[in-house]
Amino acid sequence: MRTTISVAKLRSQFVRDVEEISGEDLLACNQCGKCSAGCPVAAAMDMLPSQVIRMAQLGMTEVLQSRTIWICASCLTCVARCPKGVDLPRLMEALREISLRSGASEIDLDRLPPDLVRELPQLAIVGGFRKYIK
Amino acid sequence: MSRIGVFICHCGINIAATVDVERVAEEAGRMPGVAFATHYKYMCSDPGQSLIRQAIAEHGLDGVVVVACSPAMHERTFRQAVAAAGLNPYRCEMANIREQCSWVHQHEREEATAKAVDIVRTMVEKVKRDEELVPLRLPIVRRAMVVGGGIAGMEAALNIADAGYPVVLVEREDRLGGKMARLSSTYLNFEAAPGLLEEKIRQVLEHSNIQVLFNARVTKLEGYVGNFAVTVEMSEGPRTEEVGAVVVATGWDPYPLERLPEYGGGQIPDVVDGLTFEEMLRTGLQRPSDGRVPQEVVFVQCAGSRDPEHGVSYCSKVCCMYVAKQAMMYKERVPGGQAYVFYIDIRSGGKGYDEFVQRAMEEYDVLYLRGKVSKIFRRGDRVVVWGSDTLVGRPLELEADLVVLATAMLPSREALALAQTLHIQADQYGFYSEAHPKLRPVESLTAGVFLAGVGQGPKDIPETVAQAAAAAAKVIQLFAQDAMVQEPTVAYVIEDLCSACGACVAVCPYGAREIHPVRPIATVNPALCQTCGACVVACPNKASRIHNWEPVQVLAMADVVI
Ligand SMILES: Cc1cc2nc3c(=O)[nH]c(=O)nc-3n(C[C@H](O)[C@H](O)[C@H](O)COP(=O)(O)OP(=O)(O)OC[C@H]3O[C@@H](n4cnc5c(N)ncnc54)[C@H](O)[C@@H]3O)c2cc1C
Ligand code: SF4
Ligand code: SF4
Ligand code: SF4
Ligand code: SF4
Repeated sequence: MRTTISVAKLRSQFVRDVEEISGEDLLACNQCGKCSAGCPVAAAMDMLPSQVIRMAQLGMTEVLQSRTIWICASCLTCVARCPKGVDLPRLMEALREISLRSGASEIDLDRLPPDLVRELPQLAIVGGFRKYIK
Repeated sequence: MSRIGVFICHCGINIAATVDVERVAEEAGRMPGVAFATHYKYMCSDPGQSLIRQAIAEHGLDGVVVVACSPAMHERTFRQAVAAAGLNPYRCEMANIREQCSWVHQHEREEATAKAVDIVRTMVEKVKRDEELVPLRLPIVRRAMVVGGGIAGMEAALNIADAGYPVVLVEREDRLGGKMARLSSTYLNFEAAPGLLEEKIRQVLEHSNIQVLFNARVTKLEGYVGNFAVTVEMSEGPRTEEVGAVVVATGWDPYPLERLPEYGGGQIPDVVDGLTFEEMLRTGLQRPSDGRVPQEVVFVQCAGSRDPEHGVSYCSKVCCMYVAKQAMMYKERVPGGQAYVFYIDIRSGGKGYDEFVQRAMEEYDVLYLRGKVSKIFRRGDRVVVWGSDTLVGRPLELEADLVVLATAMLPSREALALAQTLHIQADQYGFYSEAHPKLRPVESLTAGVFLAGVGQGPKDIPETVAQAAAAAAKVIQLFAQDAMVQEPTVAYVIEDLCSACGACVAVCPYGAREIHPVRPIATVNPALCQTCGACVVACPNKASRIHNWEPVQVLAMADVVI
């Protein structure tokens, strides 16, 4: 299917929300790809970090279905390297937030294996609450 | 008996590592007519040259052979050196034992040395028979012609005229300014093009040294640098202008929209080219079909450019920049509107240029989409664009009110014919060829014909102005000489032997030969002769000769080695 591009999509509520929650100017990104080039977990992602911001620029809400926004470790490597000063993890956070507000939690606590829970550092569990739970 | 000096250069190790220079010197010293022979590390250095000058004085030398590199490299250096010691410079020759010996025989020291000795032998024989010659001095007509009255031609004309030389400016239209007269404003500062241009046009028309010929075309160029006769065709009939130099500044023509059928070019009224959009920006931004102000505008970059299969293979160089300019100007006029730009990549090299494009993206929210558009068609009163965004990897569809094709710049449609008329080269598209892509970018291969503006290749106004000023500087440099100095080693005719058969006239590739209008002989125009020797070979009567390449010399040179 052809993706349509239109003013309505470029200026949609979705784009406004992403910009407002993240505090980032989406069009500041000129798609150089450096974030994707250096991201330590890019290989595990279904979509490159630079493609996530690209889809947000184009108002493509399908980006919310991407695994990338959950896999991003907020390590800030891309922030340190971005030539245009874009804070990509803030954008990832905004997309997760929009996704969580409109849908379900990403992890179900009750279904975490007890062995894993016993082994996980507390910090990881608290962090996980913040990141993955509604 | 001649008193020849032979000076063998080591060229550091370039020659000495392969050729036994000491032995060459010894052998040379024994050659008949040689009064002195020596070798030295670098003959072209100051100590090397003064060694030659001293030897001329000490040994009373009457000829010199410098055994070193190619004459293309240092012939002039050494001829000047011997002239400083009072010898006629044409009694100095170079024997090339570097390019033609040491470099090509690096692992054959014995053979290379023997070959070097033979090369020296031949040049000694030549110098013995060299005439004392004097460089030719030809008069210069200090008046220039500029062909094309766009910004390039006007700039060149003004610079030459301001230096005090008269200029005749030939323009095919009935007005000056070229394509710039159709622009709205110019990047980077949005300065209005008509304002910038009006001032220039006024300066040209009011300049006491500039004569403008409107509705005029150049149809013939005869003569040579410093002395051209140019025929200009006008409605009143042809006229001949005597000039010393010509600047060609015939600019460009837009790519025909009809050659972009997949983009609806020439079929969909709301698909226009960049130049038309410039005019729309000046006159009120109404789209052609129904006069409405477009709310969504799509710009398609590289339309016809960078497309060797359907269009031209080159990049038109200015469109990335003017599209950003047009998109921003559009947003200024229609604040609620949206501009989209499809691009392959953005070429914004130049001071402040990339920042300018970034401004379009960040401050004017112009949406850049990476991918060349494949198809444009009508849907109702809108225009649908099929493109892609290779960054997310999706095919795209976009409905717009107006599409602007940033079409390729083609050389002026008359460029190829004019190139023939002016005896200059052009590439396959018709852009004039420069004499050297790096070191002689404003000269053509024909001495005295210079290039400026888009006629030589796509460029924007600042670059055009710079090139035009450079071409003007070349003209002024030429006019500043008191005479054209020309090498005297050109062809001449022994009148008693010539039967006026015309064989030489037919073979001369430079048009230097003519049959005398009255007397039964061929003549040589030394200003045009390039010493190629074609006439010498062609002449059945041995009447055609070249100074210092006489048959006796060539035969003597051959005799000593075979
Ligand atoms: C849409 C668009 C927007 C642009 N915007 C900008 C901008 O904002 N800033 C910028 O720097 N550049 C811009 N440019 C580039 C600019 O137009 C060129 O750099 C400039 O026109 C080059 O000038 P020129 O004198 O070489 O050629 P031209 O302007 O084409 O002038 C050539 C002249 O020679 C005449 N001529 C042609 N053949 C003959 C002949 N055989 N005999 C006699 N006369 C002849 C023509 O009639 C014409 O007057 C833009 C280009 C386009 C297409
Ligand atoms: S590094 Fe910055 S500018 Fe480059 S693609 Fe990533 S976010 Fe965009
Ligand atoms: S913050 Fe996220 S997107 Fe950026 S480098 Fe780290 S993991 Fe990758
Ligand atoms: S200047 Fe830009 S738009 Fe024009 S041909 Fe080159 S890359 Fe394409
Ligand atoms: S070819 Fe020889 S004989 Fe014939 S015109 Fe030329 S110089 Fe004279």
